[in-house]
Amino acid sequence: MCTTCGCSTGQTRINGKTIQSLHLEKPIQFRPLKHSNTSDHTPSLPIKNNCASETLAFGTDVATAHAPGMSQARMIKIERDILERNNQYANENRRFLSERNILALNLLSSPGSGKTTLLVNTIQILRNKLPITVIEGDQQTDHDAARIRETGISATQINTGKGCHLDAFMVQQAMQQISPQQNSVLFIENVGNLVCPSNFDLGEAYKVVILSVTEGEDKPLKYPDMFHAADLMLLNKCDLLPYLSFDVDLAIEYAHRIHPGLPVIQISAMQGNGMQVWIDWIEANRLALPSTVQYQT
Amino acid sequence: MHELSLAENLLQIIEEIATEHQLTKVKTVWLEIGKLACVEQGSLRFYFDVITQDSIARQAKLEIIEIAGQAVCAQCNRNSLITSYYEACSHCGSYNTLKVTQGREMKIKELEAE
Ligand SMILES: Nc1nc2c(ncn2[C@@H]2O[C@H](COP(=O)(O)OP(=O)(O)OP(=O)(O)O)[C@@H](O)[C@H]2O)c(=O)[nH]1
Ligand SMILES: [Mg+2]
Ligand SMILES: [Zn+2]
Ligand SMILES: [Zn+2]
Ligand SMILES: [Zn+2]
Repeated sequence: MCTTCGCSTGQTRINGKTIQSLHLEKPIQFRPLKHSNTSDHTPSLPIKNNCASETLAFGTDVATAHAPGMSQARMIKIERDILERNNQYANENRRFLSERNILALNLLSSPGSGKTTLLVNTIQILRNKLPITVIEGDQQTDHDAARIRETGISATQINTGKGCHLDAFMVQQAMQQISPQQNSVLFIENVGNLVCPSNFDLGEAYKVVILSVTEGEDKPLKYPDMFHAADLMLLNKCDLLPYLSFDVDLAIEYAHRIHPGLPVIQISAMQGNGMQVWIDWIEANRLALPSTVQYQT
Repeated sequence: MHELSLAENLLQIIEEIATEHQLTKVKTVWLEIGKLACVEQGSLRFYFDVITQDSIARQAKLEIIEIAGQAVCAQCNRNSLITSYYEACSHCGSYNTLKVTQGREMKIKELEAE
């Protein structure tokens, strides 16, 4: 547990080593209040509600009701994105990647949809054509990184502890460890979870969502944020279709209700069907990266 | 569970602002959360209370302003209010033509502090 606040991000590990959590590097010390009479902190009430339904009528007297000698409540306007820190790291990652002409793909799915199987087989096909690196995200264990390393490709394992998604800071730390080569493909296998990983930009070029046919057609409707955020959907375990009553067309229709035009590739990561289409998609997108002329060392 | 991360990020921003403005106590925090932002408000409040316990924002009130979802239709070019990603355009009835323009916000807007 994080000792600062009891939360779980303090458990983040990379290849077994604990890293600093994204927030609160050190508890901040607060000095006693000094009166600052700068005009930019004047009361700014009332706040308008964008929904135009109810106006929040709170404390119009808050800033004026103060007795001499007592501290004075004041209003401070902010306007900052709650995830701005993550987004800053994501932008740094994006810059790092683009300077090195690296295509980074963020692989997202529920647990067990076949992300690691897909990666292992993708590596077998691509390894002689392209340099590849892998970042693995799981709450616990380095099983997945070990599976990747068996192929001879280097992989960094991030363990998020109780955390249910990767964030851009973790990925930045992992990239510093693994230093992916120029012109390579970086696969980031996110924590198996169809909910919140979609909210955290890692600096990747594309989000690839994997849905396996054993999960049911309705997952895009049940987890719309993920399918809305995705740039490509892989429908995996298609080798099992003869044994199931899974309706492929319906699953794709549902995905398109959430995300019109989302490209879908049907594959069997295990048996290899459809893998060539996926490989072509990767190669096409790698070539489409805006090539960088000025690369500074 | 990502409400925990949101609460942590929120506290971090509050602490930065507190240092910058030399605050000693944060009493109220106003957020803007879009209806499509996939934030569970109850859960966010719960984690916020937990992680602010030993901080400057101890017992601070969270005021959440909801921002309605809005989308523009590629077919008829008009705006619709939406509450999910798979609604039809409220003007021309088309499906799969809406592009979300508002409702994914997760912002901190204002503090009341001493
Ligand atoms: N039949 C079939 N099984 C598959 C396929 N792809 C993966 N599997 C099986 O599905 C199970 C889970 O596969 P993984 O590759 O570990 O899935 P994952 O998404 O990496 O799982 P987590 O990292 O734990 O979220 C394994 O038993 C795989 O052998 C496929 O295309 N067809
Ligand atoms: Mg895996
Ligand atoms: Zn913490
Ligand atoms: Zn999460
Ligand atoms: Zn319309």
